[in-house]
Amino acid sequence: MIRTPLRPLARILRARDRGEDPDDIEAENRRRRHAEIQDRARRRAEGRLVLMASCFVLAFATVGVRMGALASSQPSEPQAQVLSGQIMSQRADITDRRGRVLATNLLTHSVYAHPHQMVDPVATAQGLARIFPDLDVERLTRDFTGDRKFMWIKRKISPEQMQAVHDLGEPGLLFGPREMRIYPNGDIASHILGGSGFGNEGVNSAEVIGVAGVEKAFDAWLRDPSNEGAPLALSVDLTLQQAMEDVLASGMNVMNAKGATGILMEVASGEILAMASLPDFDPNDRPRPLLKGDPSDSPLFNRAVQGQYELGSTFKIFPVAQALDLGLINPASGINAQAPMRIGKFLINDFHNYGRELSATDVIVKSSNVATVRIAQMIGVERQKDFLEKLGLFVPTSIEMVEAPTGQPLVPQRWPAVTAATVSFGHGLAASPLHLAAAYATIANGGKRVTPTLVHGRQRPEGEQVLSPRAAAMSVDMLRQVVTRGTARSADVPGYEVAGKTGTADKPRASGGYYKNKVIATFASTFPASNPKYVLIVALDEPTAAIGAGAESRTAGHTAVPVAAELIRRVGPLLGLEPVIDEKLPTIAARFEPRVEPGEAPEIKLVANQ
Amino acid sequence: MRSIAYLACVLVVMALAFWAYRENYATQASMGEMSQVRREIAGLREELGVLRAEWAYLNRPERLRQLVDLNFERLQLVPVEAGQFIDLDHIDYPKPPPPPELELEPVNSEEQQP
Repeated sequence: MIRTPLRPLARILRARDRGEDPDDIEAENRRRRHAEIQDRARRRAEGRLVLMASCFVLAFATVGVRMGALASSQPSEPQAQVLSGQIMSQRADITDRRGRVLATNLLTHSVYAHPHQMVDPVATAQGLARIFPDLDVERLTRDFTGDRKFMWIKRKISPEQMQAVHDLGEPGLLFGPREMRIYPNGDIASHILGGSGFGNEGVNSAEVIGVAGVEKAFDAWLRDPSNEGAPLALSVDLTLQQAMEDVLASGMNVMNAKGATGILMEVASGEILAMASLPDFDPNDRPRPLLKGDPSDSPLFNRAVQGQYELGSTFKIFPVAQALDLGLINPASGINAQAPMRIGKFLINDFHNYGRELSATDVIVKSSNVATVRIAQMIGVERQKDFLEKLGLFVPTSIEMVEAPTGQPLVPQRWPAVTAATVSFGHGLAASPLHLAAAYATIANGGKRVTPTLVHGRQRPEGEQVLSPRAAAMSVDMLRQVVTRGTARSADVPGYEVAGKTGTADKPRASGGYYKNKVIATFASTFPASNPKYVLIVALDEPTAAIGAGAESRTAGHTAVPVAAELIRRVGPLLGLEPVIDEKLPTIAARFEPRVEPGEAPEIKLVANQ
Repeated sequence: MRSIAYLACVLVVMALAFWAYRENYATQASMGEMSQVRREIAGLREELGVLRAEWAYLNRPERLRQLVDLNFERLQLVPVEAGQFIDLDHIDYPKPPPPPELELEPVNSEEQQP
């Protein structure tokens, strides 16, 4: 760039010649130069301003356009989250204690119709009626030709049926996915599982909700996605449950019983290993509840939990155990057993007359009503009530089933002397077999209260001590003698040291009073007696056993006890209990060091949903 | 000097823009792949569920019992009984064969076991 000099020599010389001040020229030039510099600076500043302004305009325009785009477009969730949610939206599986599936889900389809989109409604109706024989052609035709816009045709269809509907080629028939709950084991453990149905239904999905049993009690848990699909492990063991249902069914058959129930419970934890009530049902196709008549006639009725039965002589061990605990008697004390006994205007009698006096052990072994009443009288009404309450016989069991509260025991309102007397031998107080199982488990557990549960491996607080361990041990010993020399001799299964008590109670009539020839026969037992681990309750509803020469018997000793014995014979080995055998086997010293193969670690493990 | 700096800046910006562009597309591609894998997982899970349900159905105790009854002649399976339990001490194992005299080759110890 050519820089103009401030004092150009030519002009200065010329100005000097004219006698002007050459400094003016310099000032003039300086001013010009300054003006030029200012011009340039202004231009630059303006340029910057324009640049800045355009930047801002651009930025605001971008934001504006983006906002406009967001406002006018359809909202959608971020993809990554939607997909992971979809995977876990299933209802969790239910497994037994060893992880075998009791309830799981299967994807099927539902079929629905848009009649206004149909090409040939009449032919479609006929085609559908051919595929689904239970549909009515005329009704379908009427619905399809009417002005309905939408209708369900079938909630659940099999893949074959779906293909057949596809083959109709009707554009007005549409399919929606449906998650279906299936119980692969059929009617095994049906009362425990309950069943499920559809809740809110949409075209694309339907909510599966539990309707009874564990399915309903744990409905929220099973549907909670935060469990990440972990299965609900029940305390039930499928093998034991199957064995129990098997034996009970044949027992019910042999004894001509109307119903049967069995409960096998672990003493230490209160976990229920098997609980059956016959007749049962298939939870895949749950029958409708009875609307009239006795609810206990329905296969839906769970005798083990909902049944309220007077459980008879099985209750006798409670006053005896309490009297032992209080130190009122010892197993050898003599009890007056003179029958009949009069309380007010009521007479209490025994099955046989047992003479003047029985030892406390024999009261249980021979099952004397009179002597039990005498022991209850020693205890007194208040203490008797208190103990039964502590055993949990006054409130519904806390088992995790929706049916539990309906098993509220029928406890008499007032306790006059005669009620206290009859309750001592199991009449006048009706409780469910599960109550009895919990009470027996409490005695078998060294007097520590046991509460039944259906959930496997849950940490629970230890029960309250309601009976001294010594009294509990003596009671179990008495129960053992019932089996070795008393009313339950046929339950003496070799190897398992069964201890138990029979109970035969007349069924109450709905109109009051008792039936003469209808009984509930119960056998409540615990085994092995030397270290009680399991409690087993078997109850038969209206059994009759033939005892040779055309005679028949209804007592528990001839009905419930053989069934229970067979059950113990079956489940004992399955439980992994080591049998106690008197026979001494020779011990053979190993002639060499046997090399035991280390058990292989299971590589393939079945886990539900994970 | 300055122009070199400008040029370098411009080049860096262009390089970054190119990198960001590529990263953007790579991310979108991986997201697509991930959703594909997720869908696959969901499908496989569903399939697994079906297989497990089928397995449970085929192994239901009722069917197993029928099969055992059907093949009783061959299997002769009956419920386990208490008398079938015994301690290891009560079993008289046969004596192992005498050790080979010559060290031919180390004998597999499992073969000596009864």
